[in-house]
Amino acid sequence: MTTAKDKYQKVAYYPGCALEGTAHSYNRSTQEVGKALGLDLVEVKNWNCCGAMEVKNIDPKLQTYLSSRVMAIAATEMKMDVVMAPCNGCYHNLKKAEYDLAHDPTSVEVVDRLSQKAGHATYEAGQVETIHALDWIMHGIGEDGLKQRLKGSLQGLKVANYYGCMYTRPRHIFPEKDKGPGTESTSKPHYMDDLLGAAGAVNVEFPLKTACCGGAHTLSDSDMSTKLVLNILRAAEAAGAEVIATECPTCHSGLEMHQVRAEKKFGQPTKVKILYFTQLLGLALGLSPRQVGVHENISDSLGFLREKGIA
Amino acid sequence: MPIHEQSLIRPENLTTHDQLVVDGVDVSGHWSTFIQSRVVTDYNEAMQDEIAALPGGENVHRCWQCGSCTNSCTVNAINPEFNPRHWIYLVRIGMESEILRDKDIIWQCVSCNKCTYACPRDVVPEGVMKALSHWLELKGHVKPSPSMVFDEVFSEQVFQHGKIEEGRVMQRFFKRTGQSLNQPWLIEMMRRMLRHLPVGMLTKLGLATLVAPRTSGWSGARAAIEEYVHEQEHKRRRALGLDALIEAAKRDAGPVTAGEGARS
Repeated sequence: MTTAKDKYQKVAYYPGCALEGTAHSYNRSTQEVGKALGLDLVEVKNWNCCGAMEVKNIDPKLQTYLSSRVMAIAATEMKMDVVMAPCNGCYHNLKKAEYDLAHDPTSVEVVDRLSQKAGHATYEAGQVETIHALDWIMHGIGEDGLKQRLKGSLQGLKVANYYGCMYTRPRHIFPEKDKGPGTESTSKPHYMDDLLGAAGAVNVEFPLKTACCGGAHTLSDSDMSTKLVLNILRAAEAAGAEVIATECPTCHSGLEMHQVRAEKKFGQPTKVKILYFTQLLGLALGLSPRQVGVHENISDSLGFLREKGIA
Repeated sequence: MPIHEQSLIRPENLTTHDQLVVDGVDVSGHWSTFIQSRVVTDYNEAMQDEIAALPGGENVHRCWQCGSCTNSCTVNAINPEFNPRHWIYLVRIGMESEILRDKDIIWQCVSCNKCTYACPRDVVPEGVMKALSHWLELKGHVKPSPSMVFDEVFSEQVFQHGKIEEGRVMQRFFKRTGQSLNQPWLIEMMRRMLRHLPVGMLTKLGLATLVAPRTSGWSGARAAIEEYVHEQEHKRRRALGLDALIEAAKRDAGPVTAGEGARS
């Protein structure tokens, strides 16, 4: 039987639109961390948008189709068993499409019809397993494996781990979660805590791990998003965090953008730094700040990381 | 008091008399406030079916009003007027006029899915909020919300090219909603974003806003999607009886329309 450890050594990599734009540093740090850990990433050929929240709002079945096309290419053209998506939105949508195609005949019919017309293989539920970057490192390497490969340490850096909405909700599209010890929890996720803890960080008790940053309306209802983000930033600071670690490009850019907006528009400054968890892991693995794209973040943490002796 | 009866105690439905004696009993003043009697006749009996015909609204009939959705709601914590449980109730009994009072905030659902996570009846309240927002727009009760405009700008690019470029989406969204890019916080954000970036990277980012990234060999998928979108639009219009409404409006317009019909 192949274990997750073997299965995750070489996976299809689905970066998604955001990682080619504003979340370039997440893309870069994910790939660099993969190299440092000896995990292979093969980018999904000619991928398309997963449909995101926006297409889902126009028509959920179209989102199912768009996500299914990505999985179909990974399964049939690339013969891969696992698709890894670091973006919570992409990850969520692929999982949702997987669930719908396993349970809803209408979704199967629509995907089949659209795939045939578009001229590519139809995705069938179960052909690939979709995982998040957190699953990839947690099960492909594990905490102990990570400790063995560390070249530095996060030196007791106080971190609030922020998971956002799409990684855990709704529960039914994540059948592998909430299965007891070793599995991820949807009410109190801990993979990021575990990994960063293994890399030397101190995880603060952060009550808003799965709170919403208002990412869906970050531009269309900005005041709402700013309020929601400010709650998160303040709760992290109140918990004693120096850094908020993120695992989603929408959350990350939302936190960065509304931190600036809260300061400039509402006179509510906050100091907490915002970094992708892969950037923090990369630094602990001995990569340079530039290699993990610290300079590409809006939240300026370079000086702080140097002061701490982490960068 | 059941949630739908809260309308009864709105200030405009309450009466207080300075001087009033009924059957010899003095009922003057604040302690004898009367709730005006009312008769509701404008139910939309098709309301639940209309919402169920739109994507996301399919399970609205399953609600048993436990209130888990509102209790867990992200937006409700910021604005108590945002009350999914209340709206689901109104949809189910067809009190369209009551829903219309909140027509300008229903679109503000942030899709965090806390309600869908908490709901013991699989109503998918997040989906119902989206269906209700669509319904308000399709029926002409509201102009497309900023969220809807954003969804359209975003989806147009996905349908057209297979993927999006965020800078483009943002520019088009600001343009279509008539907002200026010249806002102090936005400029500050750009300044911080560009602070450490090497020139090569900037050029690449700049080019991406001009030349859209695209999925190659997308034309087949584009055609399939366009056909599907068209078909679904037609289906929804029919479910909400919109075409019949337009036909009726044409008939009401009188001989001009009829004359045109005869000539063609």
